[in-house]
Amino acid sequence: MSDMTDMTAARPQKPVNSLLVQDANTARRNASEKRFRAYGITAIAIGLVFLVVLISSILFKGVGAFQQTTLTLQVELLEAKLDKSGTRDLDKIKKVTTFGYNPLIDDAIRRAIDEIGVENPFRKGKDLRKMLSSGAAGQLREFVIANPDRIGDTVAFKLLASSRVDGYLKDRVSRESLARDKNLTPVHLDLIDALRDAGIVRKGFNMSFITGADASESRPEQAGIGVSMLGSFYMMIVVLLAALPIGVAASIYLEEFARQNWFTDLIEVNISNLAAVPSIVFGILGLAVFIQFAHFPQSAPLVGGLVLTLMTLPTIIISTRASLKAVPPSIREAALGIGASKMQTVFHHVLPLAMPGILTGTIIGLAQALGETAPLLLIGMVGYIASNPPEGLIEGFLSPNSAMPAQIYEWAKRADPAYYERAWGGIIILLLFLMTMNIIAIILRRRFERRW
Amino acid sequence: MNDMTKTEKALEMKTSKISAKNVQVHYADTHAIKDVNVEIEDKTVTAFIGPSGCGKSTFLRCLNRMNDTIDICRVTGDILLDGEDIYDRRVDPVQLRAKVGMVFQKPNPFPKSIYDNVAYGPRIHGLARNKADLDDIVEKSLRRGAIWNEVKDRLHAPGTGLSGGQQQRLCIARAVATEPEVLLMDEPCSALDPIATAQVEELIDELRENFSVVIVTHSMQQAARVSQKTAFFHMGNLVEYDDTTKIFTNPEDPRTESYITGRIG
Repeated sequence: MSDMTDMTAARPQKPVNSLLVQDANTARRNASEKRFRAYGITAIAIGLVFLVVLISSILFKGVGAFQQTTLTLQVELLEAKLDKSGTRDLDKIKKVTTFGYNPLIDDAIRRAIDEIGVENPFRKGKDLRKMLSSGAAGQLREFVIANPDRIGDTVAFKLLASSRVDGYLKDRVSRESLARDKNLTPVHLDLIDALRDAGIVRKGFNMSFITGADASESRPEQAGIGVSMLGSFYMMIVVLLAALPIGVAASIYLEEFARQNWFTDLIEVNISNLAAVPSIVFGILGLAVFIQFAHFPQSAPLVGGLVLTLMTLPTIIISTRASLKAVPPSIREAALGIGASKMQTVFHHVLPLAMPGILTGTIIGLAQALGETAPLLLIGMVGYIASNPPEGLIEGFLSPNSAMPAQIYEWAKRADPAYYERAWGGIIILLLFLMTMNIIAIILRRRFERRW
Repeated sequence: MNDMTKTEKALEMKTSKISAKNVQVHYADTHAIKDVNVEIEDKTVTAFIGPSGCGKSTFLRCLNRMNDTIDICRVTGDILLDGEDIYDRRVDPVQLRAKVGMVFQKPNPFPKSIYDNVAYGPRIHGLARNKADLDDIVEKSLRRGAIWNEVKDRLHAPGTGLSGGQQQRLCIARAVATEPEVLLMDEPCSALDPIATAQVEELIDELRENFSVVIVTHSMQQAARVSQKTAFFHMGNLVEYDDTTKIFTNPEDPRTESYITGRIG
């Protein structure tokens, strides 16, 4: 009974007659609208804060990877050490290993120290060389093998500093942190300070990070992302060439030609489900089909690209079908009404109108594939240290390589903090790649839309 | 027996362009068209009138097999165009539609230039040998569509930029560019204002000289104004088919009379 009376009491009353007075109902509605707006603005603000934090932390931590400390040293390429016979026979020069170059480097460092007038605290060359990357000797050897006629000359070399020295110039390493470090001592840092004042130790732009290959765990200063960038690039080509035609053809058939029956329904459900399948599942499928069954080479971008194609296809098919569906049926009727065949209708009228959507979907799919790591784990593209860039186009597809996200993952799990910096730097490059792809998508979209 | 059918056909050909016999249309479980028989004459405007959902548009779309695009649609009976069954298995609907053009309810120009809109049909049917030929066809079609004077200076402007009435006349020009023999119009004026409607109606009257025109319309006045023959459809049945003047002045069927006088529909 009481419920009944409550209900009658709560019944809306006749609105106030004057328009100048806001009635209770309107005030309530306006208040809830205001609240909703506030929620929206808060949500966007939170999102923006996270975005700013993300981008600034990536930039802050990763920007160091784009700078590299080097020592410019005058190295005397002694004939007595490098080419005892004096014949400049390349085979004989090649017999001198990197160990044979170490004394030359030691001498060069000693001379540099003498020139700036500082006392040399180290007797042993081994201690002096700790300031340099262990790859420095290799750098010299490569130069000599490429230019055997320079043996005997004194040549200025920009040699990579070791990761600790590099870290000192980037404020990652301090005298305190070196107290228990076996690789470098605070005495080294005093020497580095002096050499820096003399302009011998310098921090410069690190091109080899962008173009170079990965290095072993002990030489982070040599590691670059260039080769795995090529790996990603070749994979993207495979994905584009395989997924776009297959995806678009499948969507056009399903959307425009196929009859609606249980079988096409089944296919449709499966495509939607495939889009949600975890990517590692595609990885194991790729391992089983492409490597174990078809015997494609392991760790090859071709296989990686094919696995990513499987993963991208549902995305492309779904977005292509959506954009085909969005083309008004009146256009199809118009074309059919003039006597265009189904195929002419699709290719002359429907597809051009759907093109912006198809391209956007494809590039989103590609971007997704570009950032994918998990499926690459199973086909051996994670953890592979690609030390040399592929020699040609075919090798690019078939020779073992890594991919950018896999490389980043690899660096992030290595112990040396210098690798941590490289991982962030790699992420910057990966994001630049993604941004470029998105810009291309926008430009293509605009261009196709201009044609109405 | 055979001879008789032949003479019958010969007789029909003299008088009628399209003859439909016992046409039934089913959409899944719905019986949309029930046993329609009609003879459509050449160089005549035939109007299909009737209340919404009576099947007049469905029947119109049977005449150029536009219903083929609908999976669940099933057509039985015979529809003869110049004595040939258009639902024969050997007939390619694409070829048929080049002969039987269609104009739709909503103007639907392609999102291309005015020129390309009109030139598309001749191009895909190979009607022009060269560019000059195509230019001629486009100009002739646009003149027949009574829109040439308005667009001759901007043939390469987008067809979608025209006003609604102009767009519909462009669509008519596009339909006549393939030199069809029959022109089907599905409520061509329902999306247009009265002035544009008057222009299109005038155009339909001119088109009668060259084509057999079949027009579906909701407006009885329009049917009375433009057509010589009128067919009245009701609930999937062809109730009455006769000269327009007779239908509007002296209908035989009481249903026709009630519709025309506004009591049903």
